[in-house]
Amino acid sequence: MTQILSFDAEDEYNAFITICREAEYGEGPLAGRGVAVKDNISTAGIQTTAGSRILEGYIPPYDAHVVGLLKSAGAAIVGKTNMDEFGMGTSTENSGFGPTTNPCDTNRVPGGSSGGSAAAVASGMVDLALGTDTGGSIRCPASYCGIVGLKPTYGRISRYGLIAYSNSLEQIGPMGQTVSDVSGLMEVISAYDFHDSTSYNAPYTHTPNAAAVEGLKIGVPAEYFGVGVDPAVAEAVRTAIGRLESLGAEAVPCTIPSMAYALAAYYVTCTSEASSNLSRFDGVRFGPESGRKKMWHDEFRGIRGEKFGREVQQRIMLGTFALSAGYYGKYYAKAQIARANVRADFERVLSEVDVICGPTMPAVAFAFGEKSDPLSMYLADILTVPANLAGVPAISVPCGTVDSMPVGLQIIGRHFEDELVVDTAFAYEQGGN
Amino acid sequence: MTEPENQVIIGLEIHCQLNTKTKLFCGCSNDYQNDEPNTHCCPVCLGLPGALPRLNKKAVESALKVCKALNLEILEECEFSRKNYFYPDLPKGYQVTMYDKPLGERGHLLVEDDEGHEKTIRITRIHLEEDPGRLVHKTGRDRAGYSLVDYNRSCVPLIEIVTEPDLRSPKEARRFLNKLRATLEYLDVFDGEREGSIRVDANISLKGHSRVECKNISSYKGVEKALNFEVTRQKNMLRRGAEIVMETRHFQEGKGITTSSRSKEKESDYRYFPEPDLRPLRVRDWVDTIELPELPDARRERFVKQYGISLNHARTLTGDIRVANFYEQVAGDQSVLCATLVSDTLLGELNYRSMKIADVPRDHFVDLMQLLAAGTITDRVGVDLLREFLDGSLEGATMARPSEIVTKRGLTKAGDDEFAEIMIRVIDANPQAVSDYQSGNAGAVNFLVGQVMKETRGRADPITLGALLKAQLEERET
Repeated sequence: MTQILSFDAEDEYNAFITICREAEYGEGPLAGRGVAVKDNISTAGIQTTAGSRILEGYIPPYDAHVVGLLKSAGAAIVGKTNMDEFGMGTSTENSGFGPTTNPCDTNRVPGGSSGGSAAAVASGMVDLALGTDTGGSIRCPASYCGIVGLKPTYGRISRYGLIAYSNSLEQIGPMGQTVSDVSGLMEVISAYDFHDSTSYNAPYTHTPNAAAVEGLKIGVPAEYFGVGVDPAVAEAVRTAIGRLESLGAEAVPCTIPSMAYALAAYYVTCTSEASSNLSRFDGVRFGPESGRKKMWHDEFRGIRGEKFGREVQQRIMLGTFALSAGYYGKYYAKAQIARANVRADFERVLSEVDVICGPTMPAVAFAFGEKSDPLSMYLADILTVPANLAGVPAISVPCGTVDSMPVGLQIIGRHFEDELVVDTAFAYEQGGN
Repeated sequence: MTEPENQVIIGLEIHCQLNTKTKLFCGCSNDYQNDEPNTHCCPVCLGLPGALPRLNKKAVESALKVCKALNLEILEECEFSRKNYFYPDLPKGYQVTMYDKPLGERGHLLVEDDEGHEKTIRITRIHLEEDPGRLVHKTGRDRAGYSLVDYNRSCVPLIEIVTEPDLRSPKEARRFLNKLRATLEYLDVFDGEREGSIRVDANISLKGHSRVECKNISSYKGVEKALNFEVTRQKNMLRRGAEIVMETRHFQEGKGITTSSRSKEKESDYRYFPEPDLRPLRVRDWVDTIELPELPDARRERFVKQYGISLNHARTLTGDIRVANFYEQVAGDQSVLCATLVSDTLLGELNYRSMKIADVPRDHFVDLMQLLAAGTITDRVGVDLLREFLDGSLEGATMARPSEIVTKRGLTKAGDDEFAEIMIRVIDANPQAVSDYQSGNAGAVNFLVGQVMKETRGRADPITLGALLKAQLEERET
């Protein structure tokens, strides 16, 4: 039987683009629980913009696979959360609908691109949210806002209905106050979907188990504590790893040399795919129309120039360039080689250790406008991007504070061992109590 | 073999719609021909944000059948790529196609050249891709021209077949297409009668000169027309001392001409890259398990052996699977007569009326064949009766069977005595022709034969009649 959840929380951090004050729900493990859904995940009947003005007013006629699963689990979808336009950003400053602020300190960014989902959870508006992670977009805001966020193994969650930014890198994933909440949400959204040819039938049915940490071998890569990482953050994370050791784990040093090329490989791959993915936004079938009658190519150019934000236009141009004749071999093809190397490095290290631990972000949340040039912003992704290139699962769990701002411990595991990643995070979380 | 100066050189790129039940990447029905625009659409084929392609296994199987039938080598790994370009009929802003890893490469198909010798046309590659939507251009009286988009066609599976430049005349190109069409129809992967099911780009050059690409040809006849036009145009240019420019030209079906693409089309950069939403295909083992049906060449050989008919008749009959099936269903114990009747008469009469073999009233045809086989009627009466029931069928009338008509109208072949009297009457009535014949003009007898045929309404056999008339005239002379 359908019931209604009245959702009256005040949105003081601009966490939502669309709020559903009267949210329907049914029976199931999540019956009556409000879940916030990132605005790049299609929801039938609810505006879905991916943070872009080019999709303003677009109401999908269908539900993303994960949204269907949420509904069958009884969840109430209370709104669509703010994000960097199409997921392109690390701060949620690039939203077409204004930035989201960090509930821990409103002068600081909440991280991105799933900043709205993180702020909605951190502020207590909801205790569960869906985010998407292309190069850290779940883990970064989870870390900055002091919540838990999991990027599942690539292929474990159907992407059907997720407005594509970079298809080969991104995954939908759960965000929540606690590891248990995140694990429970993961269980709901991981049911197999034949619509996504890149997904596998590997449902997650797991209850977090702190005992799994006993005898666990943890790799601690030098590159995660090197140049560019705030020493105070590094210290907090080393302390966290110490706690896991005290719970029975063994930490060993390791190296991931290919990380030197990870950021470049990531940005070439994601901008290339994005330049193609975003071609469909032409004003013909959805989104606002300019209303002026022109030749079609003038019309396309006009609406894209007007409605796409600056960062999006920048990335489309970068990707278009990288795929151009004469440059493909230099950029896209090389990026795929670098990517294969990163994957091989992770597989090698993870054949020797069970999980890899390090900071989620090199520093705590920065202030609005602090990273005004794109390159310094891109550099903030250095520790999250490798897991997307390798396709392995990674979680961020809060591990103390620096300057009163939360720090995230990142735990990375083997392909399809999301369970062990969750268990390790759970052991850490419980070990502090 | 050395080729003459100005030898025509042609290569084709052929796009054929596969006749699968559903589209290439979604579950929408592929059978949209008679339906309203935009009624066979879903998030996937409309390119809605978030929708993902899911490959139709049947379409891959169909394409692999074609690869196997045309003797292609299947690649170890095949991969879909995105071809990026903007156009209002392309909902995603890219077409999912295959680029550097097609399904198969290096195949061939045998066709007859202009001298009737069998020759090998090499196939460069075959790949699978999605059709874009369709633009319908409107020019209103009360408003400026505008275009409508119909996405019913979007995502329909296409195979693209690329040949080497092995064709040497427009006629040969047409024969190649006919053979290809027959082969695809034998494989049951294609319906050549469906409107818009084939689209051809033709590359044509005169040996030693630049190549011209003719795009937008959407019929079998059109290909030959466009190529003939180009051969004439290019030869005329050379005759005038002008050089042929390498360019893309559009074929205008209605006018039968090609025109230079007005837009200053630069070499487009489609920015191909592997489609990240689909996984690569490994299909070699699968291809080995696919069994092919009997193909046109094999069926032709069988017809010659099994039915004792001529190679030419066998070729004509097996050139279209519908005709071959019709023949085998109706021939009975009259295989030779039936082959002649279908190849030499029926097909021409159908073509004249734009009718299909399926429109032939089968019982009437068999009845007619039996009348001819028994010698009950002459060939000429036979043709008249055939025309009569084809016309009737076209008008949807209920028609009496040929044998009933023959009885009713008394069209039975006349016996010798029956027209002896008519013959004498005709000879008596045409003294001029008789004297012409007697003064050595042997052809005059044909006039007399015609007169007798007229009197007997075609029921007499003209050859027998000629002999009898001659005998009669000779008798008179003496």
